[in-house]
Amino acid sequence: MPLLLDLFLTFLKIGAVSFGGGYGMIPMLTDEVVSHGWLTETELMNFIAVSESTPGPIAINMATFIGASQCGFLGALLATIGVVLPAFIIILVVASVVKGLLRFAGVKGFLSGVRPVVVGLIISTGILLFMAVVMGYSAIGEPLSFDYKSLVIFVLCTAVYFIYKFLRKKSISPIFLIIFSALLGILFYGVF
Amino acid sequence: MQRFVAFSHKGVNLEKLKSILKIFIAFFKIGLFTFGGGYAMIAIIERELVEKKQWITHEEFLDVIAIAESSPGPLAINSATFIGYKRRGFFGALFATLGVVLPSFTIIFAISLVFEKFLALEYVGYAFRGIQSCVAFLILSAGVKMLKNLKRNVFNVLLVSLSVAAMILLEFFAPNFSTIFLILIGGAIGVCAYLVGYFKAKTKKEGGEE
Repeated sequence: MPLLLDLFLTFLKIGAVSFGGGYGMIPMLTDEVVSHGWLTETELMNFIAVSESTPGPIAINMATFIGASQCGFLGALLATIGVVLPAFIIILVVASVVKGLLRFAGVKGFLSGVRPVVVGLIISTGILLFMAVVMGYSAIGEPLSFDYKSLVIFVLCTAVYFIYKFLRKKSISPIFLIIFSALLGILFYGVF
Repeated sequence: MQRFVAFSHKGVNLEKLKSILKIFIAFFKIGLFTFGGGYAMIAIIERELVEKKQWITHEEFLDVIAIAESSPGPLAINSATFIGYKRRGFFGALFATLGVVLPSFTIIFAISLVFEKFLALEYVGYAFRGIQSCVAFLILSAGVKMLKNLKRNVFNVLLVSLSVAAMILLEFFAPNFSTIFLILIGGAIGVCAYLVGYFKAKTKKEGGEE
């Protein structure tokens, strides 16, 4: 399949099933993008960090970024259209034709099953990415390589998150945490 | 161009064009100034479009959020499309959505042009190695936060644990299995659970009547 079409269809698929906001798309995105061989997990996480630190919905940012990395401007354009289209069409349908669509019992039943699964997928994606970063996990049977520095950075991020939450009674901005971890990265990998 | 011609044939049209432009600009601003997506945006839309501009009422906006939460795609897109449609029909929806997407698209595309070179700088590389740990943490904490918001009942606990187990086992032993299927299976289980509940209630009721 031509790359542009593949990008469009893949992001259309992701857009159609990414329930639960920005992070809801991360499991599908990781799965699709890595299995297509478009990005490695490391590159993907760099993209996530940039998408979190720039304005706009993370889903749009990721689609544009990945599209651009694979196929320049047209890649970015088609991936972005792909990820937006399902939401656009569904909302148009809900707003115009079937106003009560989301109140139908069957749809409610469907969503009641989707919601916990999405939560489970996000948590397990987090666990798998943690394993990739800290233990160098890539596939079953491949040798692991532990990176203790990244574990220390993970622990420090966690600590700052909870200390901030305890002191200010609200969650710290992800951008601040990303900058904090960037400084730690420079310190641990560059200076020591 | 076609569109403008169509407008002028219908009559009114400068008015309509103006209001579509206003919608576009309002959502462009929202796209430009919301960091961190979804929930940061609710506050801004509430202030700008509900309180100041009064494009939709507070109750309608709560509906929009409920709809956004139960349909796929980013909240930003869902609410832009919905509010745009309420104001000015299809073209309202289209330009609201374009407006909210355009800042992201432009900024990220510009970054993508220089990102490789930027990342190749020695210290930037180190910084991003640190950031990797942070991203793993951010995703985990987003998941845990959503977990806390779920109702604690047998059904949810069971599905969350099953999907974590399935996802991790699949990653180890069948990496080509698409995550999308897990979501659809979850949805199917939800529909089945609903049907079982429905028929149970029905037979109970019928039994009672006899």
